Amino acid sequence: MAFPPSSLRQPSALPGFGLALGFTLAALGLIVLIPLAALVLRAASIGPAEFLKIASDPRTLAALRLSFGTALLAALINTVFGLLIAWVLVRYRFPGRRMIDAAVDLPFALPTAVAGISMAAIYAPNGPVGAIAQSLGFKIAYTPAGIVVALVFIGLPFVVRTVQPVLEEVETDIEEASALLGAGRLRTVFQVVLPHVHPALLTGFALAFARGVGEYGSVIFIAGNIPLVSEIAPLLIVIKLEEFDYGGATVIAALMLAISFAMLFLINAIQGWSRTKYGNV
Amino acid sequence: MAMSDRVLPLAHTPERATTETAATKAVLIGIAVLFLAAILFLPLVTVFMEALRKGWGTLFESFGDPDTLAAIRLTLLVAAIAVPFNAVVGLAASWAIAKFEFRGKNLLLTLIDLPFSISPVISGLVYVLLFGAHGWLGPWLQHYNIQIIFAVPGIVLATVLVTFPFVARELIPLMQSQGTSEEETALTLGASGWHTFFRVTLPNVKWALLYGVLLCNARAMGEFGAVSVVSGHIRGLTNTMPLHIEILYNEYNFVGAFAVASLLAGLALLTLLAKSFLEWRFAGELAAAARRH
Repeated sequence: MAFPPSSLRQPSALPGFGLALGFTLAALGLIVLIPLAALVLRAASIGPAEFLKIASDPRTLAALRLSFGTALLAALINTVFGLLIAWVLVRYRFPGRRMIDAAVDLPFALPTAVAGISMAAIYAPNGPVGAIAQSLGFKIAYTPAGIVVALVFIGLPFVVRTVQPVLEEVETDIEEASALLGAGRLRTVFQVVLPHVHPALLTGFALAFARGVGEYGSVIFIAGNIPLVSEIAPLLIVIKLEEFDYGGATVIAALMLAISFAMLFLINAIQGWSRTKYGNV
Repeated sequence: MAMSDRVLPLAHTPERATTETAATKAVLIGIAVLFLAAILFLPLVTVFMEALRKGWGTLFESFGDPDTLAAIRLTLLVAAIAVPFNAVVGLAASWAIAKFEFRGKNLLLTLIDLPFSISPVISGLVYVLLFGAHGWLGPWLQHYNIQIIFAVPGIVLATVLVTFPFVARELIPLMQSQGTSEEETALTLGASGWHTFFRVTLPNVKWALLYGVLLCNARAMGEFGAVSVVSGHIRGLTNTMPLHIEILYNEYNFVGAFAVASLLAGLALLTLLAKSFLEWRFAGELAAAARRH
């Protein structure tokens, strides 16, 4: 849209722009931006030496490594199974499909604490799945594996719901062309259909990953919360706050935000590259 | 390939080329259903089974607990403030963004979505840093005896922050696709600005608004991390339902914890049901149905 150089907006016959934008900006500023600025200012007011001391504390590093590591693994699992579920929901017709389609959104609707205590009950050594794992000689709940399970639950709909609409739009002409030119079905799917879905898949991965890094409610019940082993970064923030260590909490929060935004930026860059390579959305 | 005498091979081939064999389909559907059963259905079913472990009597008894009732009341109160507030902000934001062209629109869109990419714990933390006893405004608030952190206002603020984008995200794409011609017609015919908004714009987006409100409400009633940081966990006073679940669970009162959890799981099922109904019945009037999340 071209703007006259002197004006901030295009003229319009509709009234209420000032009121609507003013109210939006006031709410956004008071609820979101000023409080976040308070966090950034607080982090900046901590001296670099003190900041480094908290950031390099083994407990902080272990918590950050655990949060980002488990979120990465869970997002990768969700990328594989989310794509498969989206494929099945878009391409095949079978009884119960509509119900399964609706159920994919369950993690959006089910409160995290509810999911948390439920998964803890299932995967604890005396729970139905936990007991099987126990008899095979390993533990799920109260270990990092339990955290991954919780984050797979939380992140699944992000991948399915980002990939699904894109998959629906892929025209079957290109698959017919590919088949007529002699490609096998597997080759057609992986070299013709899936490249169209790559950017959406990457977006879904990024959303699931970002959500997993910050997730708290579903994780703390199943994690066991052992310092240096299964203590996630958001929990460490809560612990620091309970000790009235505002500085410690602020530094960990600032590090989490910085790493998350850096990764999202990187993913955006990869997406831009993939768009120029494949020439589609 | 065995050729049927009724189907020409060339007419048949492209059909087969764009789908998988029945066996492959069955295996893929099987994997998807098993994965969803293990990851989604099992936790949902477990909530109700654990809540009913000691029978219906014990379940209803735990609902009568005064602390549980106080938690239910507080959760309803917080949602009753946070959801309408975010609905009004969502309407204002989508009016400004969808009906006008102005500089910085993309930045505004990014900022509105910002709460989605922040850990809920950090969403609570920022208010502690602002209003807590050792926060920027802490001493000033103490002087005037105003309590925000470890009190209901803090819980409301944290909930509003976490659920800020829900309604706006549903409305903006829909209102953008609807354009401004209907509003311009109403204004030309002499309707006032507010009249146009309430009689033309609002009816056009009512189902999307309801859709956004549903999702916003589910998150507002279920929010745990952000609220946990600012609540102080005072039983009967600053405990919402999700926080009350944690307290009961940590006291090994599993039936009590799962009883409260079953109420929230019921709410989640109702939300999904209403959401699916809206997607099925009003798909054309719902930007979300085409775009999902």
